[in-house]
Amino acid sequence: MSDRTVNRVAQATPERVARKIRGLSDRAIAWIFISPTIFLLLAINIFPLIWTIQLSFTNYKANRIGREVKDVGLRNYERILTDSDTWLNMQATAHFLFWTIFFQVLIGFTLAWLINKKFKGNDLWTTIIVLPMMLSPAVVGNFWKFLYQPQIGLFNYIVSWFTGKDPSSFEMLGSVTLAPWAIVIVDTWMWTPFVMLICLAGLRSIPDYIYEAAEIDRASKLRQFFTITIPMVLPFLMLAVLFRGIENFKMFDLVVQLTGGGPGSVTELTSINLKREAFEKWRTGYASAYAIILFVTVFGLASIYVKALNKVKQR
Amino acid sequence: MSEFLSGLVRLRRGPWEMVATILIALGVFMLMQPFVLWAFTYSFIVTLIGTVMFIIVSHFPE
Repeated sequence: MSDRTVNRVAQATPERVARKIRGLSDRAIAWIFISPTIFLLLAINIFPLIWTIQLSFTNYKANRIGREVKDVGLRNYERILTDSDTWLNMQATAHFLFWTIFFQVLIGFTLAWLINKKFKGNDLWTTIIVLPMMLSPAVVGNFWKFLYQPQIGLFNYIVSWFTGKDPSSFEMLGSVTLAPWAIVIVDTWMWTPFVMLICLAGLRSIPDYIYEAAEIDRASKLRQFFTITIPMVLPFLMLAVLFRGIENFKMFDLVVQLTGGGPGSVTELTSINLKREAFEKWRTGYASAYAIILFVTVFGLASIYVKALNKVKQR
Repeated sequence: MSEFLSGLVRLRRGPWEMVATILIALGVFMLMQPFVLWAFTYSFIVTLIGTVMFIIVSHFPE
């Protein structure tokens, strides 16, 4: 702000207000500035969290306002953690988590390694590869729903071209065995560019002189890859794995759009199950306990994530 | 190994953070494994202990 503007603002400030402000310490002014943010944080994050923790120990149902709320202690937690259906949902989430991370790291790292080689059109290819990440999950879900159509879907035609199978003989979203893989494919398509970008940052952070020294020592390309490239990119890869792990643990929109948790409940991830408990069965207390279990898990993973991030920063 | 153990005894951040990280990872694995139901049942308490421990030990000296 220029001196002229400052002077104009100072002149426009009523004398009574100006006197009050002048009397405040720097610390008090700092508090005045940050208090709206702190208030919002308390109102939007901390209060609902505390309320959810409290509700998780009750039999509260949000659709029955007048009903007496009873304290049930740890019964909600006990029921969730001994329920075999919830266990199956966790396994579906684990399947989704493991394979998406596996493919995203594998393909993402390979793409980053290729993009890192200087060639013509390098920037254009980077932009094209990054495109899926910029789309909304709702759009991607709808888009892939059409691609997976047994009659008109391009995906089925490509598979049939390679395997010789009739395109309408299999349904990616309707089959119990194929649906879990269908969501893995879509998430991999969408988020591999993100892993690629992180790996690319890692690859570009390796100084050239290390490779030059290795060349002088007559280290082979393979040896350079395993003793220089991989160890130097590993912290970045770990970061990508943790980030995708946390995100996919909470996955909801993409899968709801694609399969809605079906067929049966083979693609019913924990977040979808939680939404059903909370807003279809209206077991608010039970769903709160479920949310707290997921929260603690994500919070734990996030703690490791922050630690890994600090390690990368220190390098 | 001895350095790790002495770090634990002297309440140093590094080794204790390592223990907390292992507990969190173990808890997440127990939550999602398809083998035994009892591991799923006790997964939450393991993750909770790991997470609370992580918050506490991150204030320990280096």
